[in-house]
Amino acid sequence: MTEPSACLDCLRRSRLLAHLAPYIERVATGAIGSRSPELLRLSNEDLADAAAPKVAARILTQVEAVPEQQLRADLIAAECWACCRHDPRYPSGLHDAADAPWALIGRGDPVLLEQLEPDGSVTVVGARRASAYGRGIARELGRELAAAGLIVVSGLAFGIDACAHRGALEGGTTVAVLGCGADIAYPGSHRSLWRRICERGLVVSELPPGTGVWRWTFPARNRIMAAMAGMTVVVEAARRSGSLITADLAADLGRDLGAVPGPVTSRGSAGTNDLLAGGACLVRDAQDVLDATLGPGVRRAERTGPPVEAELREVLIAIEQGETTCDAVAVALDLTGAEAASALATLEALGYLSCSLVGAYSRTLLAVPGV
Amino acid sequence: MLATAQTFTLDGISAQPVRVEVDVHKGLPAFSVVGLPDAAVREARERVRAAIVNCGFEFPLRRIVANLAPASLRKAGPGLDLAIAVALLVASEQLALDRLAPMAMVGELALDGSVRAVPGVLAIAEDARERGVERLLVPAENGGEAALVDGVEVICLESLGQVAGLAVGDWSPPSPQPMALGVDLAGQRPDLADLRGQRHLRFALEVAAAGGHSLLMVGPPGAGKSLAASRLPSILPAMAPGEALEVARIASACGRLGAEGPQGRPFRSPHHTISPAGLVGGGNPPGPGEATNAHRGVLFLDELCEFRRDTLEALRAPLETGWVSVARAGAWRRLPCRFMLVAAANPCPCGRGETDPECTCAPLAAQRYQARLSGALADRIDVMASIRQPSAAEISGPPGEPSVTVRERVTAARERQEHRLGPGRCNAEMSPAELRESALAEDAAILLAEAYSRRRLSGRAHDRVLRLARTVTDLAEDEEIGREQMAQALQLRRRDIE
Repeated sequence: MTEPSACLDCLRRSRLLAHLAPYIERVATGAIGSRSPELLRLSNEDLADAAAPKVAARILTQVEAVPEQQLRADLIAAECWACCRHDPRYPSGLHDAADAPWALIGRGDPVLLEQLEPDGSVTVVGARRASAYGRGIARELGRELAAAGLIVVSGLAFGIDACAHRGALEGGTTVAVLGCGADIAYPGSHRSLWRRICERGLVVSELPPGTGVWRWTFPARNRIMAAMAGMTVVVEAARRSGSLITADLAADLGRDLGAVPGPVTSRGSAGTNDLLAGGACLVRDAQDVLDATLGPGVRRAERTGPPVEAELREVLIAIEQGETTCDAVAVALDLTGAEAASALATLEALGYLSCSLVGAYSRTLLAVPGV
Repeated sequence: MLATAQTFTLDGISAQPVRVEVDVHKGLPAFSVVGLPDAAVREARERVRAAIVNCGFEFPLRRIVANLAPASLRKAGPGLDLAIAVALLVASEQLALDRLAPMAMVGELALDGSVRAVPGVLAIAEDARERGVERLLVPAENGGEAALVDGVEVICLESLGQVAGLAVGDWSPPSPQPMALGVDLAGQRPDLADLRGQRHLRFALEVAAAGGHSLLMVGPPGAGKSLAASRLPSILPAMAPGEALEVARIASACGRLGAEGPQGRPFRSPHHTISPAGLVGGGNPPGPGEATNAHRGVLFLDELCEFRRDTLEALRAPLETGWVSVARAGAWRRLPCRFMLVAAANPCPCGRGETDPECTCAPLAAQRYQARLSGALADRIDVMASIRQPSAAEISGPPGEPSVTVRERVTAARERQEHRLGPGRCNAEMSPAELRESALAEDAAILLAEAYSRRRLSGRAHDRVLRLARTVTDLAEDEEIGREQMAQALQLRRRDIE
């Protein structure tokens, strides 16, 4: 197995994008991402002219002047590989997009690139300002989809993205598409998550190593996520959320679009509820996603957990009925504090419950066998 | 003529000897005090003058110089009044103390000559004994604490005039009774029975008390967090006499020791606006802070997230070592502060908790708040209890289990720990090596490994859970950590942010 390869032209293209980044920033204003995917459709010369008419020629010569050796040495120094659109390992889904990146530059085991087919991957996105509900669902969706063998694609952003990645790492593998160089962990507080994905999944970007973030690079990143996977699931999004751009782009490409319903009273879920009203596939759990991507009933999500004793069943039912704290469970079932604590910790270890930072328990999607 | 008197000044929570030298000679009438006196000592001149006159002595209309030696030491507080007055009376030949054994004295004078209580008499009496002082004159109100120290004859003064009686031998002072140290105060403190319902919190309190683990309570306002914290000292094991003496010494130095003595283990609850110096000690010369005041007791930080970050950071080293070192220009003090940390916080900025439909917090604000909660002393807090508003039936229900019975179990668990780890030590202080030695049942190990492998536990949390499981097992009077105990410990542990 050799490393994926990239031809010189495609590598130059990514270098050109890095050089043009500040100029594109200036022309791609207005509504979030309104123009950057259109721009990225253009050829090198047209792109330079559109973004930086005054200095286009100079920048083009500058980029042309960078020797191939240096382009490749920069990749090696950043511990990255590159895979261009002419390489057979280039994710096939990206060929469907007219504005697809010429080359993907990434970190992690490139073997995964070959598995990155639209049929075998799902993009899970959502708001950065996500509620505890959305974060919990994203994590479980990520875990169960990854456990069912799908590759979970997301953007390493705060909120839903990070939770989807975390869940996917618990169940299998994941791909993070960044709006900066693949060697940069952005946002910085996700550095440890970025490192774990580098070890067990893939981190990819169309920009060369060392490129920082610009406003336009996020919608540009979204178009890669939308094209890469066969289905895009929006977990939680308000009406003006950036993740709806990903949903639009996915729909434009003819990809499946799914959304997780939220409370009708919640503004944070208004965007996803709108998507559902507009005909998006209803996503309640991983099985819904599997049915939509692979065909109904082709693969079952592993959704039943280990067997549960009768006393623990009662505790589980109490949580399902809306109790959230250990104390409430103890009172509802007339247990001592110690008994309730032990039951909850056991159920958490079995995977039936999750516990928030402040000690509030909630039920996971895992089903009890025989119920 | 020249006369001297031995006294002490308080420095932190210990005493420093001061020799008062008074010289009375011819010249324009004047009275000056030299030798780094603070404002209170400088004002002693007026009190001494009035007290001497009002006790029937004569204030010499000559040039008087009082020198406080060593001149390099800062003298603070009004406790030097008595020594200055006595030295002045001797120097003006109105009083002869030659017949008496060498003695030291401490006390503040009122204008009518009566002797008022001063802080730190216990520390002063201990220091006096160290320096071979045989007799110590103290204010009558401080007699009880001074009498706690063996080997020094304590004489209680009510007024300056009594010194004259003592000198000529026509007044024999009563010997004061040592105050009760408050080692056992069953039934006197606020009792845990007041905490109704809250089964989980009771369990968490018991485990925290049994192992000396620090505790964080998270719950809505008014759910009983402060009430629970204030009851914690009543379920901690009774203090050893030596510990009680340490507590009394600190309370005395801070002027909190009333006539009735220390009231069991201290409970300190500083407001969240406190400064780092206020919490761990500071000032020049350095004085004790709340951490030292909570020595051998409970330090309760309500609204943990509202405390300034640097204030909480200042607690780190003291929590680890049980000592706080305060250095200021020209002075360095090491103050004891072995306390149990108890903190309380709301689950989100509005206090209702994110799972409550009434919660008005923006998701991001709630996350930021929780990140702050997770960051605050994260690696120093072992137990977390999530608290909810008790139902009306629970609040109006019967009182909970009283402190006495809980304390019996806690004391038994502590005895097991001391037997295993050595005197005075508890599970919270176990080293990783000691931790590995504790017996672990197979299914308990499997449960821990399972929780660990799901990435729900960090390496640090792993050890913390083991410590907690050890305490839960000690409470259950078992040798080997069983599955049940491990599960309880896993539930009680503090959750870390990812």
